This record gives sequence, C-alpha cells and structure tokens, in this order.
Amino acid sequence: MRLILDIALTHIAGRGRQTLVAIIGVAVGVGFSIAMAALMQGGQDDFVKQLIDTMPHVQVTDEQRGARRQPAEEAFDAAEISGLRPPDDRRGIINPTAATAWLDAWVTGRFSQSLKSQGVVRYQGREAGASIIGIEPETERAISPIVEDFTQGSFSTLSEGGNNVVVGDRMAEKLGARLGDTVTTISSSGLTRNFRITGLFHTGTTARDEGEAYMLLKNAQILSERPNAINDIRIKLDNPYAARDAARRIETQLGYKAVSWQEANEAIMQAFVVRNVIMYAVVAAILLVAGFGIFNIVSTITHEKARDIAIMKSLGFSRGDMQSMFVIEGMAIGAAGSLAGWALGFVLTYGLASIKFELDAGGQEITELPIAWSAAHYAIASLFALGSAAVAGYLPARKAARLNPVDIIRGAT
Amino acid sequence: MTALIAARGLTRVLPETVPVTLVKDISLEIDPNSFVAITGPSGSGKSSLLYLLGLLDRPTNGTILVEGRDTGPMSEAERARTRLSMIGFVFQFHFLLPEFSARQNVEIPMRKMGRLAPREMRGRAEELLDALGLADHRNKRPDQLSGGQRQRVAVARALANDPPLVLADEPTGSLDSQSSEQVFEILRSLVRERGKTVVAVTHDLDMAARMDRRVHLVDGMLAEAED
Ligand SMILES: Nc1ncnc2c1ncn2[C@@H]1O[C@H](COP(=O)(O)OP(=O)(O)OP(=O)(O)O)[C@@H](O)[C@H]1O
Ligand SMILES: [Mg+2]
Repeated sequence: MRLILDIALTHIAGRGRQTLVAIIGVAVGVGFSIAMAALMQGGQDDFVKQLIDTMPHVQVTDEQRGARRQPAEEAFDAAEISGLRPPDDRRGIINPTAATAWLDAWVTGRFSQSLKSQGVVRYQGREAGASIIGIEPETERAISPIVEDFTQGSFSTLSEGGNNVVVGDRMAEKLGARLGDTVTTISSSGLTRNFRITGLFHTGTTARDEGEAYMLLKNAQILSERPNAINDIRIKLDNPYAARDAARRIETQLGYKAVSWQEANEAIMQAFVVRNVIMYAVVAAILLVAGFGIFNIVSTITHEKARDIAIMKSLGFSRGDMQSMFVIEGMAIGAAGSLAGWALGFVLTYGLASIKFELDAGGQEITELPIAWSAAHYAIASLFALGSAAVAGYLPARKAARLNPVDIIRGAT
Repeated sequence: MTALIAARGLTRVLPETVPVTLVKDISLEIDPNSFVAITGPSGSGKSSLLYLLGLLDRPTNGTILVEGRDTGPMSEAERARTRLSMIGFVFQFHFLLPEFSARQNVEIPMRKMGRLAPREMRGRAEELLDALGLADHRNKRPDQLSGGQRQRVAVARALANDPPLVLADEPTGSLDSQSSEQVFEILRSLVRERGKTVVAVTHDLDMAARMDRRVHLVDGMLAEAED
C-alpha cells in the first residue's frame, strides 16, 4: 500500500547515515557474492569445457564391469562356478569391424579406434616406459586435440606411412632424443622395432608428455603381435551431454565397459557440487551478517517511532499494517543494497576478468581468470539479501506491531 | 434511539503482580449528537475509559457496543476498521506524525480508508484546516506550528473520515486559556453544526458545565454527580 510505503520511507530517511551503512553492508555482501560466484562458476565451466574438449565423450575399452561369466553360468541359472582364475590377457575388442559398423550407424559424432599397449622406448641406452598408442591419423585428428599440441614436427607425419612415431617432449628430453632420431620400441611381449621421431608434442599434462607415444595402428598391431586388434574406441559426440545415454547403450549392446566423460570425472563433478554448496553457505553467512545491520535499524526505528505506532493505531491502522510497514523498511534497505551490490558485483567481476597473468605451474598455463557472466548469480545473491532483509525486518516488526498503543500513549503523556 | 456507543459492565484490570483496576463496572450510553464531559480527579480512570470506548484497549470484563454492534468478538483488524471509520481521537498532546505536513497528517486517515481520489483527499484536508483557521499553515510540519495550532490540526485529522464520534483526552490540557477556548468552541461546533458526538475528558469544571452532560468518575467507578 502506497501510504504505508510512504511512511516507511520517511522512517528510513530519518536515519540516513545508519541506513547508508546497512545498505553498504548488504551491497558488499551481494557484490562479493556475485564476484565469487562468477569466479567459481567460471572455473568450473572452464574445467568442464576442457574436459569436453580434450577427453573422449565416451570411451569403450575391452574391459568388462564384472568378472566374466562362464558359459555354464550363462546357460543355467543355478550353475555357479568359483575358484577359477580368469585369463588375464587383454584380448581386445572382439569383432571390431562389426562394433564400429554398429556405432557408425547411430552415433551422431565421430569416433576413433586405437590399440593401446604398454612398452618401453629406448634411445642410446636410455629407456622410458611408454603407452604405445596405435591410431589412424585421419580419425584421431577429429577426436583428439593433440594435433594442436605439436612443438616440433607434426601429427600428419604419421599419415605419410613408414615407421614414424610421435612422442611427448618430456619423453624425448628424458631419452635425450631429438626430432629425426631413431628410437627402439620394445613391446610387452619383447618384440622390438625401430621408429623415427617425426613429431614432439606438449599437451601440458606431464603424464602424457612423459609417457605417450603415437604410431600408426598397423604398426602398433605388428609390434604387439595382435593383428587387426583394437582395445579402445573413443567417441566425440556432437552433443557432449548425451554421453551418459550413449555410454549406457553401447555397454548394453557391445558388452564392453563404456565410460562417459561424466562418469570418468565423477569425483571432480561431485567436488564441484560440494564447492558450490560451500560457496552458497558463505554467501548466506555474509548476507546474514548484513541482515544484522538491517535488524538493528528497523529495531531502532520501532523503538524511536513507538509513539507514531500508537498514533497510527489510534487512527485505525491494524497490527498487520504496522507489521508490513517495518518489513517494508527492512526490504527497502535490502533492495537498495541489492541494487548497489549488483553494481559492485559487476565492477568486481569486470576487474577480475581483466586481470592477466602468466603462470607455469605443473604444466598448466593460465593467462586469464575464467569468469562466468550469469544473471542467475545476481538473482541468487539478491534473493538471499532480500530474504535476510525480510527476516531482519520481520522480527522487530512483529514485536512493534504487538505493542499496546495504550501503554505508549500513557507513557507519552 | 440506539446509543451511538454503549458500555456494559466495563472493567479493566491490568494483570500486574498486584493487579491494578483502571475502571470498574462502568455502564453508560452515549447518544448521537451529544457533547459529553468525563470528569474526575487525577487517576480516577478517565483516560482508561476513553481508550476503552475508542477500541484502543480491550476490557477485562464487559463489552462495548458501537451503534448496537458488539465489539467484543471482533478481530483486531475489524476493530481497527471501526476506529478508522467511526472514531476520531484527539489527545492531550497533539500526536501528529512529525515527518508530514499539516495537510499530509490530515490526509493520512483518508488515504488509509482509500475511498476518495487523491485530489478529493487534498481538497477535504484543506477544507478542514481552513475551517479550523489554519489556512496559512497547511504545508508546515508539526515542529513549525504552535501548540494550539497543532491541536487544531489533530482535530482536523480526527474529522478526516467524517466519523460520528470524536473522543478527546484533555484536548485543551496543554494549551493557554485563549487556545483552550478556541479548541473548545471548535469541539462544540462539531456537535452543534456538524451533528457529531464529542466525548471529552476535562479537568476544567467550567468547561464541563458548558457541555450537554457530565460523567463523573471516582476510583474507576461512575460517581453520582452525573446529571
Ligand atoms: N501501567 C500502569 N501500571 C500501574 N498503574 C497504572 C498503569 N496505568 C495506569 N495506572 C493507574 O490507573 C489509574 C487510572 O489511570 P488513568 O490514566 O485512566 O487516570 P486519569 O483519570 O486519566 O488521570 P489523569 O487525570 O491524571 O490523566 C491511575 O491510578 C494510574 O495510576
Ligand atoms: Mg488521563
């Protein structure tokens, strides 16, 4: 109601300085909440984007989720076989051509097949353990961002055929090998072959730069004596968020473990949830403190204006009118603080976004703080602020509304 | 003729550790268009009775009827509404809202009622102030007015919603004799010219003598002196 609002505003205006302090309190709370949310959301988005860009969205390997069931167990429900030692060789995906043809039929996206095995790379008496990854350059190019990460040589040298290998720059450093040098690779079964280094990459992830060697799928199959075998299918979907469903479908159909990027990073995704909960708890705490300022003012006003409350009641204002009047006073301060907080939050976020710095820690380079601009952050922060303002106004308002006007009038005369 | 306002066995006891009886077993009827004085020694319960009649306070026992309607079972909001439309209060001290001008103070009960358009409220407020000799002081705030002027603004405000009943608690108590006389004349003209009912607490026996009826209280009870 207009009248009640008018009266409420005169009350606030009568305590200019105190009101200003409370507004600043709310504004700082809202402003910092917004900036903090922008930063945390930005970090999270940036991380997820990197996951989506660098990781396969679904990875199918030749593993199974449970222990393999024996034929007798498959055939008879009652049969149970125990004490068997399952063969521990990784046999690869059975009938890869059929599997990839099936995927080709429905997956909207791209995929690549590869054979990954453990081996050793040797150069002039120095050795380095390596994941030897056999790939088809054309399909791999579409799946993996590694193509962009070459510091010397290039990924496309693999397509030229021949015994070429590309390795991480740290591995080369460890071996003392340079571009163009010929290294010896030794497979887990002991077979050795020579390859020429035609490219060095630097992904920024130390484990990969130190431990990965890429070669043609054919060469890898020969090296590990597993012709036509693959043990890894990596899929990039056009819609990364369809990964869970796609993984489930693949796993049901092919019987191999298919892991979506969300599943692969479940712990991190959960950590983000926890982080957000903590963040909003902090936001709530900050704005609760801001609420104390509002409580203080409204409480002071109700005491100072006790006489006016009695007058208004004698004029015919009800208890509810008085209550809404003081709640409005609290909310008005909260709203003013929210608006000022939006401005502050915007400026802070803008400031954070324009900070540039260079950092080389653990192979991860960051040059700018990741910032997410989202109207939701503004809405949530002011929602918290208005909520705490409403409570802060309501408590003294309820008490004031219950005052018996007669007591006040008696006291004043 | 139904009484404008009637008290039936009105008792008000404050629930202190030692209960204080403010008024005790008061029954009286106040007719429309009458000018009634409540007199009695200090502490006899005059103000307490007035607050009860004005529905500001609730009786411990007994009840109050406004135009024959029992206010006992009414909700707080209903009592507030009855106050708004039926009753105007004038206290010993002016009791205006300090942030608002004289005119705005008079407009407040009308705005609360919400029956008139803003222009009409303004017009009526100015009319009331002019009638009380405050034409030159409409836009002054209470702290820019003299005591007598403020009291007249308070009377104007009490009349804002044109209530049939005006309750005044020592309306001239804080005024000099000249202002007192002026305010008294105004109250009297409300009854004579506007058909209102005015119930006024007063210590001034001369004044009480010039009113239609005197209700005398002693120790919270009606005394014989009524005539
Ligand atoms: N809160 C209270 N606690 C104790 N006693 C009270 C309280 N309020 C009023 N009283 C007592 O109740 C009695 C009636 O008070 P009331 O104000 O109605 O008297 P009054 O006739 O208006 O007096 P006055 O002429 O001085 O204004 C007085 O004796 C007063 O002391
Ligand atoms: Mg009194």
